[in-house]
Amino acid sequence: MSSIATGLKGRAELGVALLLGAVGVLVFLDANGLVTPYSQSDPVGPKTVPFIVSGLLIVCAILLAINVLRGGKGEAEGGEDVDLAHPADWKTVLPLAGAFILNILLIDWAGWVISGTVLFWGSVLALGSRRYIRDFLISVALALLTFYGFYLGLGIALPAGLLEGIL
Amino acid sequence: MDVWSSLMDGFATALTPMNLLFAVIGVLLGTAVGVLPGLGPAMTVALLLPVTAALEPTSAFIMFAGIYYGGMFGGSTTSILLNTPGESSSVVTAIEGNKMAKAGRAAQALATAAIGSFIAGTIGTALLAVFAPIVVQFAVSLGAPSYFAIMVLALLAVTAVLGSSRLRGFASLALGLAIGLVGIDSVTGQRRLTFGQPLLVDGLDIVVVAVAIFAVGEALWVAAHLRRTPLHIIPVGRPWMGKKDWSRSWKPWLRGTAFGFPFGALPAGGAEIPTFLSYVTEKRLSKHPEEFGKGAIEGVAGPEAANNAAAAGTLTPMLALGLPTNATAAVMLAAFTSYGIQPGPQLFSSQGPLVWALIASLFIGNFLLLLINLPLAPVWAKLLQLPRPYLYAGILFFATLGAYSVNLQAFDLVILLILGALGFMMRRFGLPVLPLILGVILGPRIEGQLRKTLQLSAGDPAGLFSEPIAIVVYIIVAIILAWPFIFKLIRRNRPVPATSIPGNSGATVPREAGGVSHGSHRADGTVDGDGDG
Repeated sequence: MSSIATGLKGRAELGVALLLGAVGVLVFLDANGLVTPYSQSDPVGPKTVPFIVSGLLIVCAILLAINVLRGGKGEAEGGEDVDLAHPADWKTVLPLAGAFILNILLIDWAGWVISGTVLFWGSVLALGSRRYIRDFLISVALALLTFYGFYLGLGIALPAGLLEGIL
Repeated sequence: MDVWSSLMDGFATALTPMNLLFAVIGVLLGTAVGVLPGLGPAMTVALLLPVTAALEPTSAFIMFAGIYYGGMFGGSTTSILLNTPGESSSVVTAIEGNKMAKAGRAAQALATAAIGSFIAGTIGTALLAVFAPIVVQFAVSLGAPSYFAIMVLALLAVTAVLGSSRLRGFASLALGLAIGLVGIDSVTGQRRLTFGQPLLVDGLDIVVVAVAIFAVGEALWVAAHLRRTPLHIIPVGRPWMGKKDWSRSWKPWLRGTAFGFPFGALPAGGAEIPTFLSYVTEKRLSKHPEEFGKGAIEGVAGPEAANNAAAAGTLTPMLALGLPTNATAAVMLAAFTSYGIQPGPQLFSSQGPLVWALIASLFIGNFLLLLINLPLAPVWAKLLQLPRPYLYAGILFFATLGAYSVNLQAFDLVILLILGALGFMMRRFGLPVLPLILGVILGPRIEGQLRKTLQLSAGDPAGLFSEPIAIVVYIIVAIILAWPFIFKLIRRNRPVPATSIPGNSGATVPREAGGVSHGSHRADGTVDGDGDG
């Protein structure tokens, strides 16, 4: 059982190598597509550094893949609230990301007060709080407070959106 | 006495009621956020960057000074009361500090940490005030080739020396450099990595990158592994120390300061190595070695002082050369640039009053910390009980708000989410975050120096070696890169592992300390191993 689990984890880290390699190729192709005549005042040109970076990325990708296949493993980061004993809890992370995306979609159209409320309320619920009413009130208060705080205190006008005219 | 009069001017600026208020706010915010689990000083500064954008630079930096030391102190409070350090620099403090707290001496542990931090911070800031102008005098004589070499050194050193896997460090650095490439090339006006997306032409806002990697990545990562059983928090009263504690603490404070400042000031700085060295030294010098591992006050006093002195030391290359060597300094550098201020040798002449006000407020912030935090310690301990859903939802909420308010465009939030996911992945697979941030910030500047260098030499690569300092720096770079191989050779020729006599051989200790930076379990193991050996 545990050997299967570690085998899966090892394969997951190959994804990191894949990502590094993909970014490396992307940087290379992008730089290669630049057209610049040689100029005396800028012998290095805009391509050199991207080429170096893409080389570094690809070398890292290959070495990491070898390292992982040989059984090397990155150490997951610990912390005060981190319990590495249980596997990643996607039932928390995905709704959390959902609340975040909802905020992105809503912010320009519905305004910060609404989208911020959705963001905070959604996040709190995703993280396991079950006091729906109290959490909702806190979310609204927080969104309103930051809206006015930014407007009055910092002179930054966050979008009012649907509530334009009311706020 | 040029330094002295400039510093007095700095105090005059920093002590106006308004600026003093900002310092107090900074200290309170810094400590409060630093105490909160999962939030370090770098994230605090990153989250507050957008808020301070509306302030004038002087007030903003006075506030940052307070946040900087406040965040440090908050971090050590957490590690003493919880035994789960949030930052690598307070790993060592947790070893003895938490044992003391468990033995009912939490008040003394917090007191020696607070007073030690104050003393080390004050001495460290004084050294900063003295040394930064000297470094500047030296730095103005450097040309582009030397700058290029020094920046390469800083990047490589931070990547290769800290963290447990050099390979993963370099992977992180490469990603950071790639992110730094996005946008218009300043020399030729070519668009790089913009994929036809006009919003990417100006490059990625460093505030957005920092908030995404530090705050969003951390919140998502913790959410995936949220501890369901609450941690046991040791209740604490007002910190105080008896006569015996004082007499056992003062020497470790001073020795810790002596370790911390130089390491912080080096391009490969950081607080991990000096805190570890300080711990080992105190253990060897202590009259009560049997207490180590059971809650020796020296083991809190020394590393805490080293930590704060290193924090002050880090600001020397940051202000004088524009070289950040830890995450907080990197974010502060981003703050400087967002005000259109370029840190570096010219900073002291072009922005003299601002820099000296910043240094003066470091002194003030330190003093305020002592004044405010000794009586407030029980309040901070209560903050540790904040329900976690609110804490991490709050981090996401304020991260979003901060990133959005920079440019008021939803597109930045998409970047925030993508890079937040990257931060999550990096934490999952043990890629250190710091090299990425430094790569983003230093990458474009390194490229600038490289192009300037070769422009001067008309394309001849020999131009890279045209200054003596550059050659010296390249030799150091070569040694750092070859270090693991040299280390292996030394080990092979000496069958008795050198690790059994730490403190005696500077050669092995940094390696050990590099391991310390990755979580308390390993740190505990390392230190126990030393005790047995």
